[in-house]
Amino acid sequence: MLAFTLRRILVALAVAFTVSVASFMLLHLSGDLATAIAGPEATGPQIVQIRKDYGLDQPLLAQFLAWAWKALHLDFGNSFYFRERVIDLLAARLPITLYLGVIALAVALFVAVPLGVIAAVKRDTWIDRLALSISVLGQAMPSFWFGLTLILIFSVNLRWLPVSGNASWKNFVLPAVALGYYAMPAVMRLTRNGMLEVLASDYVRTARAKGLPPRKILVRHALRNAVIPVIALAAVQFGFMLGGSIVIEAVFSLQGLGQLAWESIARNDFPVVQAIVLVLAMIYIALTLAADLLNAFLDPRLRQS
Amino acid sequence: MSLPPDTAALAAPTLSPDIAVPAALAPVRSPTGLVLQRGLHHGGFLIGAGILGLIVLAALAAPLIAPHDPYAQDVSRRLIPPIWQAKGTWDHVLGTDKLGRDYLSRLLYGGQISLLIGISAALISGLIGTVLGLCAGYFGGWVDSVVSYIVTTRLAMPVVLVALAMASLVGGSLKVVVLVLGFLLWDRFAVVTRAATQQIRNQDFVSAARASGLTDLRIVLQEILPNILNALIVVATLEMAHAILLEAALSFLGLGVQPPLPSWGLMIAEGKQYMFFQPWVITIPGVALLFLVLAINLLGDGLRDITAPEGRN
Repeated sequence: MLAFTLRRILVALAVAFTVSVASFMLLHLSGDLATAIAGPEATGPQIVQIRKDYGLDQPLLAQFLAWAWKALHLDFGNSFYFRERVIDLLAARLPITLYLGVIALAVALFVAVPLGVIAAVKRDTWIDRLALSISVLGQAMPSFWFGLTLILIFSVNLRWLPVSGNASWKNFVLPAVALGYYAMPAVMRLTRNGMLEVLASDYVRTARAKGLPPRKILVRHALRNAVIPVIALAAVQFGFMLGGSIVIEAVFSLQGLGQLAWESIARNDFPVVQAIVLVLAMIYIALTLAADLLNAFLDPRLRQS
Repeated sequence: MSLPPDTAALAAPTLSPDIAVPAALAPVRSPTGLVLQRGLHHGGFLIGAGILGLIVLAALAAPLIAPHDPYAQDVSRRLIPPIWQAKGTWDHVLGTDKLGRDYLSRLLYGGQISLLIGISAALISGLIGTVLGLCAGYFGGWVDSVVSYIVTTRLAMPVVLVALAMASLVGGSLKVVVLVLGFLLWDRFAVVTRAATQQIRNQDFVSAARASGLTDLRIVLQEILPNILNALIVVATLEMAHAILLEAALSFLGLGVQPPLPSWGLMIAEGKQYMFFQPWVITIPGVALLFLVLAINLLGDGLRDITAPEGRN
């Protein structure tokens, strides 16, 4: 387990490094930063001045090393637009996105896991087909349109929940449903397939033959094993949701990290964009690392590979 | 190195080369005939193919069947509701938008954009992902490690955010959206191709090809690629759906396809401010997107069941 843990951490660190190079390069290779910062009306000399001010005339490697060294110390520079430290902006916005992500994940798990279990137990009945239909529909629904439709139904017509903002927990209900629905299909399918596999296994048959009550077999023997891969998937989905929340936050005007990212992209505020890409990638890497380690701890067979 | 479980799980059931059909029970059929027969009995596949066929036809025939010019503005006819509402007219069956443009015509032409982006992005990402996956699966060893590493890195990058940032730097347009999505969505192709190649690279027919002195390139192209094509087509449909949804999201956020092009995501963005009084302005393009993606997904799931039924659960 120790060797596996060390190897896995090493890989995570290497991936983190590569991602930071990639996110740095992406913004520097996709276009001329100085022209983009200066805006459409800038003159030649102004662009040259900006190139100098922002250190864009330095060799790329020097720029990267300077940026990476500071980023290691959580110094992402100052926002071009707010004239504030980027880290302060992140600290103000990240909690809202994390809060949204946690509720969305909870919504997804509380619906998808029981649905997957029922679908597996009642395989090939109408319940199974209904669960599959919900998951197929979930994969096809554009999340921003689903969010807008939720607003139309629950805020405009029924007047149960507020349209936008982040004043109270009520503001998070619709965005969390819109975001969580997106993660449901994968969780549901994985739970269902895991349960089908486990329910057909020898030890469940033995448990049945011993005359254990079906509920106990289902929870103690089957679900406990079927749910192991779901934990890892949930971690990965949580990472995807943080990245995907940019669309949901735009729909519901939630002032989270996604909204900040969107606005900063529109304003060419590169230090902020770069920092958000990096932070989201690091969270994802940490999540998958934790999920892999947890999985290996729960299922020793995984430590071999 | 372990790949994230969702993609790994997708990879697992896609390919198994031997399809056992008891000879005494079934009449002898060619593999093509067998697949055709299964297809005609698969409900999801038929529904998906049907809806997709209709949408493709409608989009292709848009210049012939669209009642109006999708770009023709008429401020005196703004936001006319669709026909099923009290003030609807037959002249604009699905109503008009905020600039008085005919909604049905825009919807038909918008279908062309979604399909074009879905197909082109899937082709580009398919090419990248397949090459990476074939190399990883066929050569194994350090090549495999490197490719898995690239895939892991790619998965750690937040897709929507990176796509938005890139599109914003270069300037959003149809071509940019296709390229950005093509270069971002190849991960599942790589994972599935790798797993499928690993399964068959040590089989007898590959060994025979190797023994007869074929080069690695020819073995991969002539022996392996044809045998994993089914799995690739299934992934291609899923990624096409994925690209269509992402394009809609990018255009909705204003950094994808630019006005006045009638992208469905853009139509929803333009209708957003009127949706409280005229909900159909977002419902119509939203439902169109839903049906298109649903059809493609049903088709893809159906294809998987039909070509590799033993992997079905």
